[in-house]
Amino acid sequence: MIPGVLLPAVPFAAALVGLLLPLRARRAAATVAVIGAGGALAIAPFLNKSDESQRWLDIGDLTVTFGARVDQPAILVAVAVGVVALAVQVYSIAYLAGDDRYPPYAAQVSLFTAAMLLVVVAGDLIMLLVGWEVMGICSYLLIGHDRRLPEAPAAAVKAFIVTRVGDVGFLLGIAVLGIGAGTFRIAGVLAHDYSATTLTVAGLLLLAGVAGKSAQFPLHTWLPDAMAGPTPISALIHAATMVAAGIYVVTRLYPLFTGTALAVLGVMAAITLLLGALAATAQDDIKRVLAWSTVSQIGYMAGALAVGSTSAALFHLLTHAAFKALLFLAAGCVIHAVGSTLMSRMGGLRRDMPVTFWSFAIGLGALAGLPPLAGFWSKESIVVAAHHPHGPAPEWVGWLVWLAALAGIAITALYAARLLRGVFFGPANAHGHEAPPLMRWPIALLAVPSALLGLAVFWPAFREAIGLEEASIDAWALLPVALLAAGAVVGWRGVPTVPAFARAFWLDEVQHLLLVRPVRSLAHGIRLADEAGVDGAVEGTGRLAVGLGRRLATAHRSGLPRAATAVLAAAVLLAALGVIL
Amino acid sequence: MRWLLVALLAVPAAGALLAAFLPTKAGQVAGTVAAAAALGLSLPLYKDSWFSYGSSAVRPWHEVDLSWVPGLDLRFHLGVDGVSYPLVVLTALLTLLCCAFTLWRALAPGRGHTLVALLLVIEVGILGTFLALDLVLFFVFFEVVLLPMYAVIAVWGGDDRAHAARKFVLYTLFGSVLLLVGVFTVVVSAGTADIVALTGGGELSRGTQIAAFVLLAIAFAVKSPLWPLHTWLPDAHTQAPTVGSVILAGVLLKMGTYGLIRVAVGVAPEGARWAAPALGILAVAAIVVGSLVCLAQTELKRLIAYSSVGHMGFVLLGIATLTTTGIQAALIGNVAHGVITGLLFFLAGAIKERAHTGELAQLGGLREQSPWLAGILAFAAIASLGLPGLAGFWGEAFAVVASLDRGGPLWTTLAAVAAVGGALTAAYFLRLLRRVTHGPAAGALDPPGLARAEVAAWAPLVLLALVVGLLPALVLGMAGDPVGALVEAVRS
Repeated sequence: MIPGVLLPAVPFAAALVGLLLPLRARRAAATVAVIGAGGALAIAPFLNKSDESQRWLDIGDLTVTFGARVDQPAILVAVAVGVVALAVQVYSIAYLAGDDRYPPYAAQVSLFTAAMLLVVVAGDLIMLLVGWEVMGICSYLLIGHDRRLPEAPAAAVKAFIVTRVGDVGFLLGIAVLGIGAGTFRIAGVLAHDYSATTLTVAGLLLLAGVAGKSAQFPLHTWLPDAMAGPTPISALIHAATMVAAGIYVVTRLYPLFTGTALAVLGVMAAITLLLGALAATAQDDIKRVLAWSTVSQIGYMAGALAVGSTSAALFHLLTHAAFKALLFLAAGCVIHAVGSTLMSRMGGLRRDMPVTFWSFAIGLGALAGLPPLAGFWSKESIVVAAHHPHGPAPEWVGWLVWLAALAGIAITALYAARLLRGVFFGPANAHGHEAPPLMRWPIALLAVPSALLGLAVFWPAFREAIGLEEASIDAWALLPVALLAAGAVVGWRGVPTVPAFARAFWLDEVQHLLLVRPVRSLAHGIRLADEAGVDGAVEGTGRLAVGLGRRLATAHRSGLPRAATAVLAAAVLLAALGVIL
Repeated sequence: MRWLLVALLAVPAAGALLAAFLPTKAGQVAGTVAAAAALGLSLPLYKDSWFSYGSSAVRPWHEVDLSWVPGLDLRFHLGVDGVSYPLVVLTALLTLLCCAFTLWRALAPGRGHTLVALLLVIEVGILGTFLALDLVLFFVFFEVVLLPMYAVIAVWGGDDRAHAARKFVLYTLFGSVLLLVGVFTVVVSAGTADIVALTGGGELSRGTQIAAFVLLAIAFAVKSPLWPLHTWLPDAHTQAPTVGSVILAGVLLKMGTYGLIRVAVGVAPEGARWAAPALGILAVAAIVVGSLVCLAQTELKRLIAYSSVGHMGFVLLGIATLTTTGIQAALIGNVAHGVITGLLFFLAGAIKERAHTGELAQLGGLREQSPWLAGILAFAAIASLGLPGLAGFWGEAFAVVASLDRGGPLWTTLAAVAAVGGALTAAYFLRLLRRVTHGPAAGALDPPGLARAEVAAWAPLVLLALVVGLLPALVLGMAGDPVGALVEAVRS
């Protein structure tokens, strides 16, 4: 047994047990689910750096291996996944107290966790693909969980299909790499010497999959709609799984990405970063604000990757996991108390819900990058990396990411301030109450890393683990802080809603017009052609044969004079033929 | 071990006789026992070995070679190897599940024992096809299947059963005629009907090989079915009773793809090389057309039938690459499709029986009324859309990989289009789930729960879809060497 494989195996076992439990076995389901997430979290810190594998399948001259590739970033991400999954499982016990389909829900969350952990430790690209896609299907199942929301099934389908479109590229990219190296083992692929063209093609194909999973432009459209899922699921998807997976995979395969591929990633990141942040300024639904902020923050991570800093991307991934999980779970408490997700129905809740308020405030501060909260340090490392790019990408990518990152800081502060004010300050439109302890505690605990994780930058062991350079605060660091202050002031004062931002530049409509509708009409056309054309020919042959048969049969049943004439005519014809031949 | 091969055919044949002549209940039980015995007999055939010596690319684990009609030099030559073994076990398993299922669910117009007898005759034909190592014998077994299947559809089928059954029998008969001509083209020019001796092309001229391959490929394409020769399939599936659909999709179609690998490619390799690009293009067309039609389909069983067209497109794409990777992908794709689509047809039957309609517009809210049925349907649909980690993934993904591995603009394009077809497959299965399981409950389901017999019939398939997905080497481990030898023979 390879120790690293144990990490996904524990929640996977929990998922299998949970799926077979009867629907009324709530207590057993909750126990199994918490053990699954807790077990993974307990194992993760004790894993050692290793890369073991054994043969899984030989198909032709290609080898697929089964094994774990554990390194320090993998362990850190695994711990983050474990913490968030455990928080979500505990929180869900209370949040879904009245739900009669809790056992399959909890089992699906376990499966989701297992799939993400599989991506984290996978030592083989095909194994990674297994985790990658299983995560997609779990997101589908969980987003569609809520039966009261009529839009949930459509959102679930959209999440899976949009990511699957990206995965067409991901599969082809993996295939290109595997065919070149003769093995799908990551160590073998990284060691293989590919031609530059092959690498660029493979890198671009992989990025299509990354864009789908990590909600990067133009495949980001599923993420805001995915808010139809229960709030803890949003925390799970946005914080530590799914969207983080794309970024993590790029760090894992980083040496394979050429300058061209990273330049494309940089452009994608800059667009996504600004698009997400601008869209977040104009939403009324607090979950949608948070969803767009995820799109934007993942853009930061992708930007860091584009300018050659996997360490800054990983650092932001970890801090983001903490504060985004906190924000979603806290938002869940607010929604639970108010019974609505709309900011216009909230306000003045800080007195009724002090724990939620302070946690939410810490989360928003971290999101905006308020020093000394976690997000400040990780975002600062991205801004510095973009200012001094050192990857294979051309130099203009650094400028692009740097400018977008700075602009993004101001906009993030703007919507964070708007959100905080809209929910917790101002006139009280609704009365809340503090959430039950099972929901309160995970939030209070997540507030700790959201506040303090950034300080890990001063801890040499942590820096070494993800390859981060020592933090050096110079005069340039004042620029983001100034932008943040300006953005926060504008946001607190309030800005008019811009329709283009509220509808996220109508990209959903564009996608519908350019992709969904043509495919639908094509499907109807092809169905018609297949039924009337191809099958019509077959049926027509049958009818023709039957018709001819009938005609001949009628001819054979004719009266005596006509039959006699026919026989005589035939005799004459035959005789004539005999004479001629 | 040699007698096992003969017994594997004799036991279901005897079971069919017993079932036909005993009274209803006793006949059904006897038939089911025979099907179980056949499954029991098929398992010990497995042999973990590969004879590295031998001149032919076909080196069976066990063989029976008896003189059959000495005057015509026909031989009763059976054998099993790593290519046919998984299909043999799958056939025995699905037949057993179907026979056992008829014990629980009596179909109108009754006569369950006759149905069981027919299923067993079909089993004999399919097993014989997979085991035959003589071309004429192969043809005979290939044809044995036809009439009993016609009867199953025509007697126990849906409202429009007569038309569907007639279309099935006439269309596949058209394929059979070509198969007969193809077989005799080969036999007459080569002077032997022994598949072992013929594999690799032997003495056949290029022209003969091309002619033979075209004839054989069209014949097998009808059975598989390959677009555009597929239109008998949706009608037959929609009208056939549940057990008929399961056998039809689960193993009967595999006779076509198996024949393509073992007979068409093996006997006429030069023809295969000549026709490979055309076959590849048609396969990818099948994937795309199949999934697009599914996307616009409105009836449950028709949708699943059309999904078979798409899935068999992946299998045929794998074969068309003529690489070891591709043909192995085709083999596991074959088995996976048998398991998963078999399960899907069981489920579609269960839903139609309960809701009394298969129209997607009139279904809905299954998870509200029957959560377990909805859960298993979701599992089967997810397995069928090729989720990595479940059985369907390996065949589809590696057909794409093999096509990409062939290189060149044509095969690269085919790989890319096939991969897009994979995304379309996801789209129509999720559309199906959305219509059937989500939303408010539409109409009453009677009964909402699952019967024990249903769980017993489905559980092995659910388990297999998971186990083959996690341990693909179970199916492919034994096929590596024979497929490698075949590809080597085809290449040289």
